[in-house]
Amino acid sequence: MKGRRLLSVAMAVLLVLSFPLAAAASQTLGVVISTLNNPFFVTLKDGAEEKAKELGVELVIYDAQDDSAKMTSSMEDLIQKKVGAILVNPTDADAVVPSILKANAAGIPVFTIDRGATSGEVVTHIASDNVAGGKMAGEFLAEKIGGKGKVVELVGIPGTSAARDRGKGFHEAMEGYPGIKIVASQAADFNRDRGLAVFENILQAQPEIDGVFAHNDEMVLGAIAAAEAAGRKGIVFVGFDAVDDAVKAVKDGRLAATVAQQPKEMGLLGVEYAVKYLEGEAIPDSVPVPLMLVTE
Amino acid sequence: MKAGKGGVLTRKVLFSPYVVLGSVLAVLCAALALMEPRFLTVSNLVNILRQSSVLGIIALGMTCVILVRGIDLSVGSVVALSSLVGAALVKGGVPFYAAWGSALLAGGACGALNGFTVAWMRVPPFIVTLGMMGAARGAALLFTGGAPISGFPEAFRLPGTGWFAGVPLPVLVFAGVFAALFVLLELSSWGEQVRSIGSNPVAAWGAAIPVPAITASVFVLSGVLAGLAGLVLAGRLDAAQPTAGLGYEFGAIAAAVLGGSQFSGGKGTLFGTLMGVLIMGVIGNGINVLNVNPFYEQVVRGLVIAAALVFYGRVSAGSPA
Repeated sequence: MKGRRLLSVAMAVLLVLSFPLAAAASQTLGVVISTLNNPFFVTLKDGAEEKAKELGVELVIYDAQDDSAKMTSSMEDLIQKKVGAILVNPTDADAVVPSILKANAAGIPVFTIDRGATSGEVVTHIASDNVAGGKMAGEFLAEKIGGKGKVVELVGIPGTSAARDRGKGFHEAMEGYPGIKIVASQAADFNRDRGLAVFENILQAQPEIDGVFAHNDEMVLGAIAAAEAAGRKGIVFVGFDAVDDAVKAVKDGRLAATVAQQPKEMGLLGVEYAVKYLEGEAIPDSVPVPLMLVTE
Repeated sequence: MKAGKGGVLTRKVLFSPYVVLGSVLAVLCAALALMEPRFLTVSNLVNILRQSSVLGIIALGMTCVILVRGIDLSVGSVVALSSLVGAALVKGGVPFYAAWGSALLAGGACGALNGFTVAWMRVPPFIVTLGMMGAARGAALLFTGGAPISGFPEAFRLPGTGWFAGVPLPVLVFAGVFAALFVLLELSSWGEQVRSIGSNPVAAWGAAIPVPAITASVFVLSGVLAGLAGLVLAGRLDAAQPTAGLGYEFGAIAAAVLGGSQFSGGKGTLFGTLMGVLIMGVIGNGINVLNVNPFYEQVVRGLVIAAALVFYGRVSAGSPA
């Protein structure tokens, strides 16, 4: 008898104690990042931490180590902890769905960063604005060649959202320059060796080329190799993504510019919007993160 | 078939696979030249040859593998792995020729593993090389953490960038491989044994041909040639990438089959594969030169290859009447 009574008292105490704990937990945001083995995502995490400190919320950060199983268990942990919201940068757009559905069932709002989810209820998706990036690249290229001339577009894998959006932005920019003609627009599948072969062919067909915009750096690096092998000088190249080889090519003066994503901004905006949402503010379905040009 | 006896002979000559493939190539080139005069320039034709050499080197090895009723799905991954081995060594200060040798060795080692498992462990080549396709790609990714290795000394890049007597070195490498394999297949006893294994393995065992050793040697050859293709590609790009060569196995198989190789073994020639490689190269070049909408590209590529195969299949089925 005495033991049972003690137990029930203990349980009551626990219950009372856990109440403020749960309340405090709603000020906590859970963050699951696909991998911290990549400087891009480390910077993203730093951005999130900076914003959290500024706004006075607590972050619980998990590294999924590019492993979907680890991502799932981290999400489950956060649901168990009853965090206020979960910010997830999925390892895979499909693999994250069951965890999102679990969070939905537990009433915990989910935000996706950089990589989206194919289904499940997500408050908002925070990712780079590829249309704006394509437009920025196009305008830079146009100004660099003096507002007139012949340009080539190397297209990513046709039908992918990155190729669609970057191409759309680029074409929007080109509309503002009636003196510029897009003489070739060919798919090179985001791939360096395809970029090389496709641009070799375009060089054969086009005796005059003033500029090239490629939907990613891999293709533009292939195109630069093609132009150098053919001895064609004076072509302005612009890429996208700011991968290491491209940043080096910019420093060497072989590539005029590449568009960089801003992972820190992604982290900052992710936390900012999650907090806004928890405070009851209405927020849009997607939050575009600005990009920047790397020109030196 | 109303043709008389003389007609059958003419038909046989006219519809031999080489003549058919040659005319497909000629018609393609003529059509492209009419649509875009710049297609038919020496520099563009040299360009097509140079571009085709990487796939061509692999496809020649694939032809030998298909001859012994095999298939090698790992070539694209082996291109990546072996070029990374060469690249890492040359960046680490190893002389360029030693780095070349190591890349070829790495390709040969992958091929030897394939060959051993197929020939002695009796595992179907599709399964074995599918496994190697994943393993070699994974090893390539692990080896570099996913990043490319770039910026090589000029000498290391030579197989991809050099010229000799007005001909790009990749083309000469391709031609050299073609000549060497031609001698091996047509004039050596090895070639004879390869063909007999392909046309009738049971009879080959009976004829005291060392079937496992010959079969394995063909996979080693395919691996070494994938390594060589990797060196040419890395030279051209000035970079070795863990993602290089994705899908090359399909291109190589398509070229060999387009050239008349049959999965039932024993049939297929280097010359046919060469024509297959050139047809694919001309299609790719034509699409870019004519600036065909990227959305149509796959359709055009698929249709031209399918049309060539149907034509070729009908003709070879109907020819000896």
